[in-house]
Amino acid sequence: MPALDDGTPLFVQIAEQLADDIVGGALAEGARVPSTNELAAFYRINPATAAKGINLLVDDGVLEKRRGIGMFVAAGAQEQLRAGRRKRFAEQYVDPMLAEANRLGIDTDTLVSLVRGPGWHNGGSRP
Amino acid sequence: MIPTISATALSRRYRDQIALDDVSLTVEPGTVTGLLGRNGAGKTTLMRIITGLEFPTAGDLRVFGEVPAENDPVLRRMVFVREEQAYPDLRVEHVIRVASWFYPNWSEDLAQQLMSDFALPPKRRIKRLSRGMRSAVGIVIGLAARAELTLFDEPYAGLDAVARQLFYDRLLAEFTERPRTIVLSTHLIDEVADLLEHVVMLDRGRVVLDAPADDVRGTAMTVSGAATAVEEFVAGRTVWHRQRLGSRASVTIADALDPAEQAKARALNLSLEPLSLQQLLVHAAGHSAEEKVSA
Repeated sequence: MPALDDGTPLFVQIAEQLADDIVGGALAEGARVPSTNELAAFYRINPATAAKGINLLVDDGVLEKRRGIGMFVAAGAQEQLRAGRRKRFAEQYVDPMLAEANRLGIDTDTLVSLVRGPGWHNGGSRP
Repeated sequence: MIPTISATALSRRYRDQIALDDVSLTVEPGTVTGLLGRNGAGKTTLMRIITGLEFPTAGDLRVFGEVPAENDPVLRRMVFVREEQAYPDLRVEHVIRVASWFYPNWSEDLAQQLMSDFALPPKRRIKRLSRGMRSAVGIVIGLAARAELTLFDEPYAGLDAVARQLFYDRLLAEFTERPRTIVLSTHLIDEVADLLEHVVMLDRGRVVLDAPADDVRGTAMTVSGAATAVEEFVAGRTVWHRQRLGSRASVTIADALDPAEQAKARALNLSLEPLSLQQLLVHAAGHSAEEKVSA
């Protein structure tokens, strides 16, 4: 079973995992997403929790319900999710990195060279 | 909609001992509720009153809107699987058959399937079963009854981790396929946490927590890091627990943190760890004990 960590509410984690699959392309636009019951059995969670997770994405317009058939990835969902994640990228990834770099005394130039990859930085120990 | 279970100011006393003290709660139809608490918290007494095996000393308890005691039509709509349930010393197949007569929604197919899942020998007499196998008999009856209200009170004495997982999986599959109201009392909170939609916690006969499971998760955090930063961060919050090791501190706070506060914690280089349901209840019980002592 894929592990869900118990920080954020479970239904939010379900929504995030589905969103991950859409951003990564594993769930293409127009593809059918697993049903509430399938998600419940897979993650071993209460079906009501799985339904809440799906509804979160329906409310955002990422998923759409086709009556009697199931739930599908909406057109434009991938770009919509990517745009949302780009907005949070700095806060989630860059800020913590800068804070740690600051603690370690890594200056901005070194940091930039690390980001650019091997060959660009000098004195680093990156493989 | 009529709640499946509703208790109003319910109390149960045994001579000078209070088993249930002014308990009010409702269980909605089609939910899985975890009834949690320490030994002697009143879980079994509550379940016995729900299933008509015992009378309240005061207050009101209704199941499907009716008083369950000596109410056969209501009692046939529920199944109660107790810890270390005693069965007449018949063969397993006969115990299962007797149970099938009592429950109107009984599924014989499911009973047979579960007996084979749990490797129950149909011809063996109950007295010659291991403890775990006797628990499995209860689980078979509890699930195959397909009763509108299914109560499990610590149903897995002697079952190993693999058999317990089998129970959880079958319970979830049955609940998904045929939604019903399930009340599950257990010590193994973290094992069942993800299956629960609602959580009720009893402590010394009183309800100390009654909330949707989603609301309970993430309501308390352990903040750790450099002691000065931790103390700065937790100032003014409800602190449940404090630990210190040299210049490091670890403090459990009874607060949910919004994203801005989480970002602040990250900026202070603090690590945040949410409490599991089990840890949360341990703290909640301790907390209510302190309140009682000081009251």
